Amino acid sequence: MEKPRDVALFVTCLVDLMRPSVGFAAVKLLQDAGCTVTVPRAQTCCGQPAYNAGDEADAAAIARQVIAAFQGFAAVVAPSGSCAGMIKEHYPRLFADDPEWGPRARDLAARTHELVSFLRDVLAVEGVDAAFDGTVTYHDSCSGLRELGIKAQPRALLATVAGLTLTEAEDSEVCCGFGGLFCVKYPDISGQMVDNKAKAVEATGAGTLLGGDMGCLMNIGGRLKRRGSPVQVRHVAEVLAGMADVPAIGEGPGEGED
Amino acid sequence: MESTTRAFNDNVRRAIGDAGLRRSLDKLGHGFPVKRRLAAERLPEFETLRDEARDIKNHVLANLDTYLAAFEAKVTETGGQVHWARDAAEARDIILAVCRDASARTVTKSKSMIGEELAINDHLEAHGIQPIETDLGEYIIQLRHEPPAHILAPAIHLSKEQVADTFRASHDGLPRDRDLEAPETLLKEARAILREKFLAADVGLTGANMLVAETGSIVLVTNEGNADLTQTLPRVQVVMASLEKVVPTLEDATTLLRVLARSATGQEQSVYTTFTTGPKRAEDPDGPDAFHVVLLDNGRSGMVGGDFQDMLRCIRCGACLNHCPVYATIGGHAYGWVYSGPMGKVLIPNLIGMETAKDLPNASSLCGRCEEVCPMRIPLPRMLRDWRRRQFAAGQTGIIARWALKSWAFWARRPGLYHFFADIKMRSLAAAAGRRGRFRSMVMAGGWTGSRDLPAPQGRTFQAQWDARGGKR
Repeated sequence: MEKPRDVALFVTCLVDLMRPSVGFAAVKLLQDAGCTVTVPRAQTCCGQPAYNAGDEADAAAIARQVIAAFQGFAAVVAPSGSCAGMIKEHYPRLFADDPEWGPRARDLAARTHELVSFLRDVLAVEGVDAAFDGTVTYHDSCSGLRELGIKAQPRALLATVAGLTLTEAEDSEVCCGFGGLFCVKYPDISGQMVDNKAKAVEATGAGTLLGGDMGCLMNIGGRLKRRGSPVQVRHVAEVLAGMADVPAIGEGPGEGED
Repeated sequence: MESTTRAFNDNVRRAIGDAGLRRSLDKLGHGFPVKRRLAAERLPEFETLRDEARDIKNHVLANLDTYLAAFEAKVTETGGQVHWARDAAEARDIILAVCRDASARTVTKSKSMIGEELAINDHLEAHGIQPIETDLGEYIIQLRHEPPAHILAPAIHLSKEQVADTFRASHDGLPRDRDLEAPETLLKEARAILREKFLAADVGLTGANMLVAETGSIVLVTNEGNADLTQTLPRVQVVMASLEKVVPTLEDATTLLRVLARSATGQEQSVYTTFTTGPKRAEDPDGPDAFHVVLLDNGRSGMVGGDFQDMLRCIRCGACLNHCPVYATIGGHAYGWVYSGPMGKVLIPNLIGMETAKDLPNASSLCGRCEEVCPMRIPLPRMLRDWRRRQFAAGQTGIIARWALKSWAFWARRPGLYHFFADIKMRSLAAAAGRRGRFRSMVMAGGWTGSRDLPAPQGRTFQAQWDARGGKR
């Protein structure tokens, strides 16, 4: 079957706002795999915060905007399992009984993929042309893991990065405590969960934590920094694209100055 | 049982500050999940069995009236009696009346979540009848006047030292300086005391893991055998069960049993699985003279046909608790009522009201690990969202959260404005963070920065940079 190369990038709000370098890493990976990448302007967020807060009217309004903006592309790719999961799993639920938007939501869902699983499962990318000198550990973000079955794909591609060693953390499949609004609404619970996660990451001895979702990475990275840990946190796309030369999440150019 | 669910956030803070509880929860969170995984891996048809188990319960829930009527007919036919209780108060009255008819002074009781729901022990005690819990964990928390901390392992929050202290304080007539160091010693002491109680009891009060419509049998599963002594020794047996416990056939019961123990403790089968049908027959050497089943609704029939019907498939294995990172952080008491963990978050608002339990569906990261391990494939995260949707529609979402969501949605729906202002805002935040790349605190972001630094944005947004590079639109 013809592989979809006409790709629209769903940047995700966190990558757009907080860490554009992840977006450019995604673009490079897609282009290296032979795709043309378009970034529709009419995108902001997938609507998940509203959806998970029970505000379905706003979630549906935003979802309709996304569905319209991404019409016609062979594939829609997001550097996030959480946002891709929202579009793939939850848009069809939002419009289950809607004769107009239901079919359009299901059509978009079928064309939408998380970045690393798209490279691996759809484009059958065997390896990447990148080097990373160090030991890393990988956090399996919940939505990507449980809604989209992302587990082996990032590990398979990381295994082709020159110089990189992967060491698994205990409980790599246990939630880091981010959960969107959950982390600020229940900071005591979330704070304890992310502390457990940070300790498990530190215990691996890895110098870098990688993952596929900015929300989780900002949460774990923020906690590691608060603990004074030297572990660096990056999105997996940065390493796969050979673009891990920018400061890690929560670090600036002056890291170590104070 | 009186609920403390309204004080959820206070309960959470207390739980997180309890170092002993942390140690117990840590042990549980690392023990049960491994055992369950190994048990599932040993059984090639485990996933198929989960599908079958789900289908059996779905079929029951679609024909609940038929199977309950069939069950009642069989119980009656075999010499027993079924009592229907609309709510907890009715059930308590029925059980008290049966106990009084039997002139009961003491009642032995095996573990039952319905018993907790009814707070039957308090009720019997208030009317001069002494209830004695015979499951070791339940016995311990009864001595401590505490509610269960886990639907399966009620005393999971306690250390063996705490149990030893409880025994010293409660078991009169034994030397104060006796050695209670080893768990076996504790077990032996409890067993010696309970043995007397078993023999003296007038009524045996049990729960039921299942009710079999085909035969009128009740199924009881334990690892301690206490339910068997509870149901065979006293003159009268009273079974407390909720409506959805009924299954059509013995065959169906065995399908559920095959997923139950594996999901719960990683055992292939619990140590004791007992099918009991009616009172003692003429040719039986043992058993009660009278057999009563109290069928409790308590809000469940209202769940049939609605958003929460799937919750009625639950077989109380505890897998969702054992795998829940929130439960592992706060323990069972924080939920404030009989049930806890993900199943509690969905069920409790159904049984005691959404208003009282409004924190429960929200205190979840929706990580989905519960649904992943639920033997009955109950879509717990979906139902947590259903509660949130109802709360939002009913205006119960907090004013700040509502305002934040609405203003965020306003911007998200105006991409042009959003991109323009986002770029300005991110650049100014990046400048404010300076060369450090993160914030230690930020106004209005205390929820985040209380326990973690806030990574700063890199600078210009992706959208602005994509435009600047002339990227394809």
